[in-house]
Amino acid sequence: MTIDEIKKVLLEIIQDIDDEADLENLNPADALRDQLDLDSMDFLDIVMELRKRYQIQIPEADYPQLATLDSCVNYLIPRLKAA
Amino acid sequence: MLHKSIKGANERYNVVVIGSGLGGLTSANRLARSGHTVLLLEHHHQLGGLATWFKRKGHIFDVSLHGFPHGMVKTCRKYWNREIMESIVQLKNIVFDNPQFSLTTTFDRQDFTSILINDFKISQATINDFFNTVASMNFYDDQSMSTRELFEKFFPGRDDVHRLLMEPITYANGSTLEDPAITYGIVFSNFMNKGVFTFKGGTDHLIGMMAEELVKNGVTICKNSKVDRIVTEGGKVRGVQVGERFIAADSVVSNSGILNTIYDLTGKDAFPAEFLDKVKTVRVNTSSCQVYIGIKKEETINDIGDLLFVSAAEQFSSDELLDMHTRSRTFSLYYPKTRPAHNRFTVVASMNGRFDDWDRLNESEYNTEKQAMIERTLVNLERYIPGVRQKIDWLEAATPKTIQRYTLHTKGTSFGTKFEGLDISRSIFKAVPGLFHVGSVGIIMSGWLGAINYGVIVANDVDGYIRGL
Repeated sequence: MTIDEIKKVLLEIIQDIDDEADLENLNPADALRDQLDLDSMDFLDIVMELRKRYQIQIPEADYPQLATLDSCVNYLIPRLKAA
Repeated sequence: MLHKSIKGANERYNVVVIGSGLGGLTSANRLARSGHTVLLLEHHHQLGGLATWFKRKGHIFDVSLHGFPHGMVKTCRKYWNREIMESIVQLKNIVFDNPQFSLTTTFDRQDFTSILINDFKISQATINDFFNTVASMNFYDDQSMSTRELFEKFFPGRDDVHRLLMEPITYANGSTLEDPAITYGIVFSNFMNKGVFTFKGGTDHLIGMMAEELVKNGVTICKNSKVDRIVTEGGKVRGVQVGERFIAADSVVSNSGILNTIYDLTGKDAFPAEFLDKVKTVRVNTSSCQVYIGIKKEETINDIGDLLFVSAAEQFSSDELLDMHTRSRTFSLYYPKTRPAHNRFTVVASMNGRFDDWDRLNESEYNTEKQAMIERTLVNLERYIPGVRQKIDWLEAATPKTIQRYTLHTKGTSFGTKFEGLDISRSIFKAVPGLFHVGSVGIIMSGWLGAINYGVIVANDVDGYIRGL
């Protein structure tokens, strides 16, 4: 997958979790948590959805790397190369 | 499909969930939605675990529907459905009455702040500092500070303030002043966010909606199906034995008590020695007593509040609350607005209690103590509803022994385990691959919201395990 495709998938997953999330004004370099009112349960939902769609296992120790949209994408690029 | 016995089950599933408490129900739902085949087994004829109800003489008594935090709204929308979410309504009148203070509150940060400033003369800065401290607590934080130390740090010598802050949480999760401050802070902050909420329609309506959602998502549910054994082979989970039936499974999620799961269902032999050493340190939490009071059909009672924390004890003490003859209790009031179609009034009094106090009594002593507990409760309720005695047509009491009979929990615990139980519960699948536990553990993963959210956390572990096979 390309960077843009990964970004699109992530935004789609976040929108499914919170249909009222304002994704238009999202700053990809800032923490998702602060901008979107996402809590730790929401991050768990993102991890579970990514596993379902692409069979990727994200260990708990890596969760901090999912803090911003940019860091999520960077984390996922090598793992979704073949997807 | 919903079945009345194990006969309805297939030969094999991705996941077998043992027990239908809110944690078990939620794990089952989440895993089914994620595409796994799921069998949910319940030993009782009714789903819900301690989220339960019973009917007597036209009354419906809710056992554990006393109020939960606003976080339940989001949790129900995400992990159940909109219909369930939309049944959530606020309980606006929370009452405290004890020798130190009497007040009514919405039990949220704003109202508590003004009460602490005006009635308790605490400075705004101290209050803000306290709220910010508890709001930033995480379950993985340092746990060396106790709740007593936390209170002494912010409100030294003010046992009236300690009582206001602690009493409701002791009833909510069985924690004491000696437990880690984080177990207090996390639960208290959840409530302070927006106040106390309940389900319009009652527990029976909620569990009914959950059962419908499970069936819709393809979960097979078998009631009256008591699991005798979790079957392991070569150190891994292979399935469950239910009477004559063996049902194969890639993973088993036990919503039974954590100690029941390890010692009774799986058996010590399946676990490594180091793991068992850690299990030995797990303390089960205390239990509860309740008195169920039904008001005659033609009678009404005035609105005296939704949830009353009352006590005749001069000061708050965790031991006093646990004493068999405690002078402290909560009254949960169920007006017709709770079940609009049902139109009856009921009152449920809840007390904390120790299993051993009741277990050591012989049958006649047990019945005498139960009767005395009902009488103390009625004398107490008369203070808030004068003449209530003449309006009652049903009275019944439950003790820790009753809770043990229905939940099968070790020592009838109604609050799971103390803090150390959380780590055992979360790491059990590392000791026996394929075996998971969900249910009240660690004080923080208890109560209705804690149980449901923990169900989601464990479902994620299970999903990761199965997809990694």
